[in-house]
Amino acid sequence: MKQSQANNLNQPHKAIALISGGLDSLLAAKVMIEQGIHVEGINFYTGFCVEGHTHAIRNQDKKKQKRNNALWVAEQLGIKLHIVDVIDEYKDVLTNPKHGYGANLNPCLDCKGFMVRKAHEWIIKHNFDFIVTGEVIGQRPMSQRKETMPVIARESGANDLLLRPLCAQFLPETLPERNGWVDRKQLLAFSGRNRKPQMALANEFGFQDYAQPAGGCCFLTDASYAKKLGDLWQARGNKNYDLDDIMLLKVGRHIRPSENIKIIIARDEGETNFLSGYRKRFTSLQATSHTGPLALIDGDASEANIRLAAQLTARYGKGRDAEQVTFEILAASGLKHELAVSPLPKDNIPADWFI
Amino acid sequence: MKKLDATNLLCPMPVIRTQDKVITMAPGEKLEITCTDPGALHDIPAWCRINGHRLVSTEERDKKILIIIQVGGP
Repeated sequence: MKQSQANNLNQPHKAIALISGGLDSLLAAKVMIEQGIHVEGINFYTGFCVEGHTHAIRNQDKKKQKRNNALWVAEQLGIKLHIVDVIDEYKDVLTNPKHGYGANLNPCLDCKGFMVRKAHEWIIKHNFDFIVTGEVIGQRPMSQRKETMPVIARESGANDLLLRPLCAQFLPETLPERNGWVDRKQLLAFSGRNRKPQMALANEFGFQDYAQPAGGCCFLTDASYAKKLGDLWQARGNKNYDLDDIMLLKVGRHIRPSENIKIIIARDEGETNFLSGYRKRFTSLQATSHTGPLALIDGDASEANIRLAAQLTARYGKGRDAEQVTFEILAASGLKHELAVSPLPKDNIPADWFI
Repeated sequence: MKKLDATNLLCPMPVIRTQDKVITMAPGEKLEITCTDPGALHDIPAWCRINGHRLVSTEERDKKILIIIQVGGP
C-alpha cells in the first residue's frame, strides 16, 4: 500500500477513525490524537442509523436534542468528519449477510466488515496510513468478540492497517505499532460490557457529555422496526428497498389488512407533517370533517381498500365516535375526491393487522 | 449563488448533500441550502465549523429553512 509522506516530511502519520457518535469511537480517536497522529473521522450513513432527528419527527420528541452525534464528536475532538452515503451499497450487506443476522435483522459482523472495507478504500484514495475503530473485545455479542476481530480485519482487506486502540493489548501488533508510528504500551486493554473503564477514560480526557454510553445506534437491532422491514420484504416478494421505504418504517402506525395493502397512519401532528411529504408517491387520506391524522396507502388503492383505510384512519381522529367522517382522498396523480365513512369500531380491527 | 434543495430529507442527508455539493465549488463561493428538517439548523453549522466553511445566515420561512454558507479554503 502507498503510505503517506509523513516520514519524509516529518509530518504526523494519518489515520481515519470510524466515528459512530458514541463514546468508544470518541475515545479511540482521542487516544490516537494524544499520540500525535493526525486523525480525521469518517461516518457511514446506511439509512438505518438512529439519529435524534428521526425521533424528533414526533411531537413528544420535539424537545430531544437534535444534534448529530458524529458531528458533535468530531467537533469535541477538533477533527474533520467525512459523512459518506452508503445507502445503496449497504443493501447487499443487509440482504445477503455472509455471517447472518443477530437477534433481529442486524447483520452486525458483515456491517462492521463492510464499514472497515469502505474505510480502507478511503485511506488508499486519500493517502492515509491506517484505520482506527472503537471496538472493544466482548462488548457486542456478534461483531465484537475476540474470534471476530481478525475476521473483520481479514474480510475488509484492511488486515494489519486496522488498529483498535481500546483493546489493542489483547490483539496482535498492527503495522502502525510495529513501525513505531504508535506506541503500543500506551494502548488499552478494555474488554467486556462493563463501561466503567471507558467512563473513567472519558473523565480523564475531560469529556463530560457523550452520547449513548451503552451503544445502540442502528434501527436494525430494534425488534419492532425489524418486524416492519420483514413485512415489507414479504409483501414485495423480494428484499429490495429505497431510502423512502426505510424512513417510512420509522413513522406512524403500520396496519396491514391484507397482502396487497398497508396503511400508514400518523400518530401525531409531527408525523402528519412528515407523511405529507409523501403525498406524491402514495394515495393519502385526510379527514376534513374532524381533526385527525394523515394516512398513506401503500399498495392497491382500490375503491374498497380506500374505504377500509378511511374507516381505520377515522378510528384515530376526533371523529372516532361520530356517525360519519368525511375524508379528502388524494391520489398520487393529484386527483382528489371526497369520501364519507363510518369509523371502524375498535373491536373490529384484528390485532394481527398491526405490524 | 448556487442552490441546493434538501427538502423532505432527514439529517444527516442534508449535510451529506451539502458536503457533496461543496466539493464541486471553489473557495469563496456561496451556497443556499433549502431544508425542512429542523436538525439541519444544528448540523449544517456544525459541519461548517469542523470543516472550515463559513455560515453566512439561517432563516425559517414558510415551514422551510434557508441556510447560506460560504466555502472555505482547502
